Amino acid sequence: MTLNALHQRSNCGTCSEVEATVLELSEVSFHWPGRARFTLSLREFALKRGETVLLLGESGSGKSTLLSLICGTILPNMGKIRISGTDVTRLSGGARDRFRAENIGVIFQQFNLLPFGTVADNILLPLQFAPGRRKRAGNAKAAAAALCSELGLPKDVFTAKAHTLSVGQQQRVAVARALIGHPHLIIADEPTSALDANSQAAFLDLLFQQTSAHETTLLMVSHDPRLAERFDRVVRMEEIAQIERAVA
Amino acid sequence: MILRLAVASLVARALTVGMTVLAIALSVALYLGVEKVRTGAKVSFADTISGTDLIVGARSGSVQLLLYSVFRIGNATNNVTWESYQDIAGHPGVEWIVPISLGDSHRQFRVMGTTKDFFQHYKYRQGRSLEMADGVIMDDLFDAVIGADVANSLGYTADSPIVVAHGLASFVEHKDQPFRVSGILAKTGTPVDRTVIVSLEAMEAIHVDWKSGAYTSGQSTPADVIRKMDLTPTAVTAALVGVESPLRTFALQRYVNEYPKEPLLAILPGVALQELWGIVGIAETALLAVSAMVVVTALIGMMATIFSSLNERRREMAIFRAMGARPLTILSLLVIEAAMIATAGAIFGLALLYVGLVVAQPIFDGAFGIWLSIDAPTLREASVILAVVGAGVIVSLVPAIRAYRLSVADGMMVKT
Repeated sequence: MTLNALHQRSNCGTCSEVEATVLELSEVSFHWPGRARFTLSLREFALKRGETVLLLGESGSGKSTLLSLICGTILPNMGKIRISGTDVTRLSGGARDRFRAENIGVIFQQFNLLPFGTVADNILLPLQFAPGRRKRAGNAKAAAAALCSELGLPKDVFTAKAHTLSVGQQQRVAVARALIGHPHLIIADEPTSALDANSQAAFLDLLFQQTSAHETTLLMVSHDPRLAERFDRVVRMEEIAQIERAVA
Repeated sequence: MILRLAVASLVARALTVGMTVLAIALSVALYLGVEKVRTGAKVSFADTISGTDLIVGARSGSVQLLLYSVFRIGNATNNVTWESYQDIAGHPGVEWIVPISLGDSHRQFRVMGTTKDFFQHYKYRQGRSLEMADGVIMDDLFDAVIGADVANSLGYTADSPIVVAHGLASFVEHKDQPFRVSGILAKTGTPVDRTVIVSLEAMEAIHVDWKSGAYTSGQSTPADVIRKMDLTPTAVTAALVGVESPLRTFALQRYVNEYPKEPLLAILPGVALQELWGIVGIAETALLAVSAMVVVTALIGMMATIFSSLNERRREMAIFRAMGARPLTILSLLVIEAAMIATAGAIFGLALLYVGLVVAQPIFDGAFGIWLSIDAPTLREASVILAVVGAGVIVSLVPAIRAYRLSVADGMMVKT
């Protein structure tokens, strides 16, 4: 696929025909090559625009594999993964990386930031790989600063090195980074697990504020069912996916 | 911005990166230093004698003749008789000829008998003439002119008395005919610095009471008697010859080489110098090879450092990947990092070289007569630096490809 074609597809998600379904997986099957057999099969899973979904699952339930599939760092052996109307399984490796940069905001558990970079560097990083998203962000620095203040980060933090921040602040910077340029889909992998109960609540408040303001779809993965009430929908890993393990 | 992040990442690992840069800098400085000494030595070597078209001596090897006539190393197996010398001097192609008579020593320094023409015709470093640092060229029969090193190490000044020993490393001294230092030559960086120069007649005078290498007992001949004697030498060791026209050099060389009355040899100093350098040069090439290996070692050290950093940096790579960086971006980040380390090392090494040169220049000139020129980096040095950076990049491909594989396998998830 040429970059141009890619552009058109990602653009049509933002402008004319707004897709009601942001993420759609169907008949997906994946197994890790080589080692002890681990197969993940998933019949159907879809997220609507603006929806917030909590995906619950124990460790080893295939959450990480699923996230990697959605983000396009691994390819399913069969099935389709459509994001904003684009079947990412049909893109080349480089195009998938580019697509991820343009369309998905990612928040990790912890250690989200490049410790040696400034907060600004970290927030602006995804725009380096996504010219379209960069355009959408407008004045990127101003947008990043605005996000920081909306997320309740002190002003002087902007030029500080990321490793000087507290864990809670770091997670908020990670949110700002996921949100900049407003991608349609935010993937969050246990972003609250490193926070205490109070900070967890505050963090989720901020996150939901932002996603509802921009009709962003949020897929958050966690093993903690207590978070459930705050989401539009709760999905258990075992409801949507089947895991088969066989010792080779 | 990616580049700035790469720099920030290096700065964050300042200690290990600094060590790596230092190792590369030292190795580059060593390599360039050896190179500098090598070229300096080669130039000083080639500059030992210039302006002389032919060196004539008894038949032996050209390198041997060069060694004893110019470098005062080794001995002549035979002399050139005074008649032969006169014949050559009378050859129409000869513009000037300077006889050299060797064989005696003063302390550890060779004594050379010659004529005043030597000071006029002996040239070094592209036509530079000998200059007097103190005193004048010998005028009296028992006058001697000494080189800078002789004066320095023996503490002689103009008018100091000198006693010449017969033969080399001999304890039998020609006490009867004490010489006087009439002048001291300025430092040249050539073997002249280590030579005591007397007149050809003085050489004869010393040996008036000696027959076949042994001192004839009985009373020695007083100096004033010697002064009245005919001191024309019977033989000289070698002769420096200048030709009237370069075109006649080979004709004259053939004339000398085919001289019927005794076996003689004429050599072109430049050719013989090159021949000699070819022998000496092997050691210097070996030295250069060793320091090149030091550079390679430093680069491999860098590779090891990058390698060992990979594991702790998987998180960093995963973040880059999650933000949309391709595995190829990860690879190029590491290669750029290595290029920056190598460049910093090479440039720092060049700086070290210049600091070293400023310190070493007078030491080398004084001790070895090797002039290390301090000038802007040459094309050759620039290409060495480029080669180091290039080799650094190539070497870094090994860990970079590993990082590429890791980032393909890890994606954005690091299982820790």
